[in-house]
Amino acid sequence: MSARILFRGGRVVDPSQKLDGVHDVLVVDGKVAQVGKDMAVPEDARVLECAGLVVTPGLIDVHVHLREPGGEHKETIASGARAAAAGGFTAVCAMPNTEPPIDDPAAVGFVAAEGRRAGAARVYPVGCISAGRKGERLALVGEMVEAGAVAITDDGSPVMNSGLMRLALLYAQAFDIPVADHPEDLGLSGKGHMNAGLVATRLGLPGKPNAAEDIHIVRDLLLA
Amino acid sequence: MNQTAPALGKDLIGLEPLSREQILAILDTAEPFKEISERRIKKVPVLRGKTIVNLFFEASTRTRVSFEFAENRLSADTVNISAAQSSVSKGETLVDTARNLEAMRIDMVVMRHGSSGAARFLAERIPSNVINAGDGSHEHPTQGLLDMLTIRDHMGRIEGLKVCIVGDVLHSRVARSNIFGLLKLGAQVAVCGPPTLVPRGFRSLGVEVFTRVEDAIEWADVLNILRLQLERMEAGYVPSLREYNRVWGISRARLERAPRDILVLHPGPMNRGVEIDSDVADGPQSVILNQVTNGVAVRMAVLYLLAGGQPERAEAAKQGGEA
Amino acid sequence: MSTERIPVMDDTAVRRAVARMAREIVEKVGGTQGLAVMGIHRRGIQIADLLRSEIESAEGVRIPSGSIDISLYRDDLEAIGPRPIVGGSELPPSGIDGKTIVLVDDVQHTGRTARAALNELMDWGRPGRILLCVLVDRGGRELPIQPDIVGRGVEVLEKHQSVEVLVPELDGRLGVDLVLTYPEAS
Repeated sequence: MSARILFRGGRVVDPSQKLDGVHDVLVVDGKVAQVGKDMAVPEDARVLECAGLVVTPGLIDVHVHLREPGGEHKETIASGARAAAAGGFTAVCAMPNTEPPIDDPAAVGFVAAEGRRAGAARVYPVGCISAGRKGERLALVGEMVEAGAVAITDDGSPVMNSGLMRLALLYAQAFDIPVADHPEDLGLSGKGHMNAGLVATRLGLPGKPNAAEDIHIVRDLLLA
Repeated sequence: MNQTAPALGKDLIGLEPLSREQILAILDTAEPFKEISERRIKKVPVLRGKTIVNLFFEASTRTRVSFEFAENRLSADTVNISAAQSSVSKGETLVDTARNLEAMRIDMVVMRHGSSGAARFLAERIPSNVINAGDGSHEHPTQGLLDMLTIRDHMGRIEGLKVCIVGDVLHSRVARSNIFGLLKLGAQVAVCGPPTLVPRGFRSLGVEVFTRVEDAIEWADVLNILRLQLERMEAGYVPSLREYNRVWGISRARLERAPRDILVLHPGPMNRGVEIDSDVADGPQSVILNQVTNGVAVRMAVLYLLAGGQPERAEAAKQGGEA
Repeated sequence: MSTERIPVMDDTAVRRAVARMAREIVEKVGGTQGLAVMGIHRRGIQIADLLRSEIESAEGVRIPSGSIDISLYRDDLEAIGPRPIVGGSELPPSGIDGKTIVLVDDVQHTGRTARAALNELMDWGRPGRILLCVLVDRGGRELPIQPDIVGRGVEVLEKHQSVEVLVPELDGRLGVDLVLTYPEAS
């Protein structure tokens, strides 16, 4: 006997199917079997009334901080995975700026295993670009990918050394993974606390100019 | 009726400036020289009275020794100068060093230098024959030639073969000489390695670029595996030697998945367990020691052809009739 | 420049000369014991083959043979320019130590080729005896090296004359020509 669930009367949003409107969705054995208007309730189907709710495919957050290891007082992999699931996210990509950072295959394996153990949203580990997130030398990208990393980034800190960024972009080609950067030119943003502008001026706080972000993005685009 | 080999000119700087005929002439001339090394008296008098200086600004054992054997077997007199003991370490310029040697009446210079272009620079400034024994990341023509001779020995031909050079192509003079030479002889050439060390720009030289070593093995008849210099890791081109071995190292398991028996070359010295595993280096498909043997024969051929390289006098002699 | 060829020996004449040379060799050596025939590249090799098969059929024995490329023993490398070494040298399988080596060339002129071949043989080992055997002796010696056995003497006096031995493998026929070269009338 197969398990059937009918999500009835919700607002179904799925840009990949060009859908945005009130529909019924029939799920059989965990897979969407049919989408339609005012569908007949199949025998033995469980019906969930979704009027006033939004029904979407599982959302993926490509940028989350699960803080584990090192920041368990803020969040753990398990708590983050459960929170994601509760919010409609079926998969998250965990940033590697933990303490210690996720920069080797063992750490990547730990994040992946803890994610599986939580049994909530899928947790995809993201590895560091540079060893120790120090921005000096490439991390063990190949071995991290082998252990399950889906991307690399030094998130939390920009890769300020353009030579290293170039090597990272080249090296990542070998493994067909994306490279993400934290776009902030530290020379410009310096000790700033907020966006440079009228408010910063009024409050007397040091500002970070927009150019700090723009220049970094332009640099990465030129390198890519 | 005199069959004169296409002259090489005064110097051997690289394989890029040579024609297909010139390269074949060197390889064909190397064939009979192989036999001399098998004789009881491993010496012929052809370069008797010639003085050759082996000028090595970079450490090298294998290439220097190979040249020395070649020179000795042709009866030349040789002097070895290495950078550490020369006045280069006292700040003398390359040209001054060379001119001083010239003043002592030498005939040929075999030079290894860390800067690309050094061999040509020297060749343009002194009348002696100059043989490039490696200049920076530019060319190492005798290595390219001995690789081709070894491939021809074992495969029977070069034309139409698929040869893939694996490793640090970016910094490799061996790779460049192989690419130039093999393409001229009609081989298909590919390069493979981490994109940090195998830039796609190499496509403009007419070679295929593989990132995955599995793809290269699937494609190739011959693999020429380059040494991964430790400095490359320190400079951040690859994260670790272990990772390099796991992703790009040539192992028996990887070769066994190839659709055909692949001939394996390595210019040496090898980092076993990094770019090549021991069971491949010492395995039945490896011709690494044949390369070393052929190195002497190829260098003898180059020395011989350059020493006689005065075509204008050759013409005059031909008019004079039989010798 | 124009050239004219005057035939000196035809196929039959060469074969007759070779047959006589073969007999002379056997007579000089007193048999075929320890005999080996070595031709000098290039046309010495074909003449050596003719000689060897002549001795073999006359005496009913097998004679070991080899070849010598003297390129690496020349004294004029710089003057003549680089030459491909066409075949390398090959020792008779039985070696040369203690053997009677019949060294064969097509034409003897200055004696320098024979000098080079003798030096090369000496570097290889210690033959018991060496006989120098040429199809044509054209005179003009520069070194005091005389052949032991000669097919035919052809006096070449003028600088514009030379002698060429032709062999079927390389030239399509067996024979000896006198070649006269005339400078273009101005």
